Amino acid sequence: MADSPDRSSDGAPRGDGALPKPDPPGLFEGESMTRRRAFTVASQALGGIAIGGVALPAIGFAVAPIFSHPKERWETVGPTSRFSSDTYVPVVITIEEGIGEAGKTTAYVRKGNPDNLAEPEEFLAISTRCAHLGCPVKYVAAARNFICPCHGGVYDFDGKVIGGPPPRPLDRFQTRVVNGMVQLGPRYSVTSQLDPVRARDPGEFTGGIWNVLYPPRPSTFPAPKAG
Amino acid sequence: MSPRIPLPQALRKPPRPGEGNGAGPAEQLKEVPADLVGWVDERLGLTGFLTGMLYRKVPKGTNWFYTLGSATLIAFTFQALTGVFLAMYYTPSATQAYGSITHLTNDVFLGEFVRGMHKWGASVMIILIFLHMARTFIFGAYKYPRELNWVIGVALLILTMIMGFTGYLLPFDQRSFWATVVGVNINGTGPILGPYLSDFLRAGAEFNASTLPRFYAIHMLLVPGAIIALIGAHLYLVVKLGTTAPPWLSAEEYEPKSLRTERV
Repeated sequence: MADSPDRSSDGAPRGDGALPKPDPPGLFEGESMTRRRAFTVASQALGGIAIGGVALPAIGFAVAPIFSHPKERWETVGPTSRFSSDTYVPVVITIEEGIGEAGKTTAYVRKGNPDNLAEPEEFLAISTRCAHLGCPVKYVAAARNFICPCHGGVYDFDGKVIGGPPPRPLDRFQTRVVNGMVQLGPRYSVTSQLDPVRARDPGEFTGGIWNVLYPPRPSTFPAPKAG
Repeated sequence: MSPRIPLPQALRKPPRPGEGNGAGPAEQLKEVPADLVGWVDERLGLTGFLTGMLYRKVPKGTNWFYTLGSATLIAFTFQALTGVFLAMYYTPSATQAYGSITHLTNDVFLGEFVRGMHKWGASVMIILIFLHMARTFIFGAYKYPRELNWVIGVALLILTMIMGFTGYLLPFDQRSFWATVVGVNINGTGPILGPYLSDFLRAGAEFNASTLPRFYAIHMLLVPGAIIALIGAHLYLVVKLGTTAPPWLSAEEYEPKSLRTERV
């Protein structure tokens, strides 16, 4: 470029009065890209910013519920004297407000067995949501089993799988006693050894590598401390 | 030849184009299209496109199996039309949806008929899609240069299944509620992303007040728009690339004659 005969170092025309010839063609002194290219890039960038300005909030709006933390709610289900350690008492609690019957679910509550060291809880609340695909299970007192009508899942008295397709035991609700009344709180899942883990959806295994393959979601509550 | 009747000048037939003094009505008609279609076409210039599409050449041996794609399109059109009218009475709210559906079915004039069209039409559309797909597969019509149209068709199949999944919840009776619970949980069994997909579909960790409106929006706004756009691309490629001849026809055509004439 320095030896170009048509331009001086400041880009001004030489003595004959001719305009400088761009070299390489289309580029003038001090330019790194042609004007056509610069305007193309600029307008594409502006268009991209405009599209992103609309699309990103819209997508965020749609996927926001994944990252939302629901409010913890506790529901009183009856006095402590209502429950025994021999059998389950069905109670109906609301897990989602504002949608009527669809927001309610049944839980089976019993007193923990003090002789069983694996049962530290004072009260146990078993969720009726089948761990296979979420159908409502029914407690059959005669068999002391939970049975799912959809695909034949069977659980024992503690909610452990003894038959059918469910990948893990039945979920549970946290329990506490306030002024002699039993209250049910957030849902949590358990491993096959009944260790509490953060609530998983039905169909998902728990424990070991499965806790990574089915990651805990922000929309669920931390599991209660084990033991 | 009818006998010439003497008529007043105003009632006489105007001279044919090219005759008379050149200023008659027929001469003027030659300049300006006389009908509405011509008026519109002069401004849109669609005639060339339409004649090219409607009078395009099709291969020898084209038969009734080739109508399955059009039949699917008609089924989709019926779904879209009946869906628009069902939306006039439907309330996408967990507490009111079932009531609005029973009102629509039992009280509204012809409501049961329109709802039945939409419900049974959904199954008809799925069946027609699979027949259309089977025709394409068995006739080898997915091969070069039509692979892209097969891919678009598969995308349309998936979108139609999303329509079936999201539409099933809308009546909000026991069957649709529990079927959706099970369906969302099946989505959740996919590793890593599955649990988040379930949360996205439900708009939360449990079935809640936002779930039904979300399914309704996907069912009547998001997916139909995508389907209409992809049908446009699908049809464009059909017209541009043409259809294939049935396989038995091309087999006869290209069979080497020597194989038949040579006797050992």
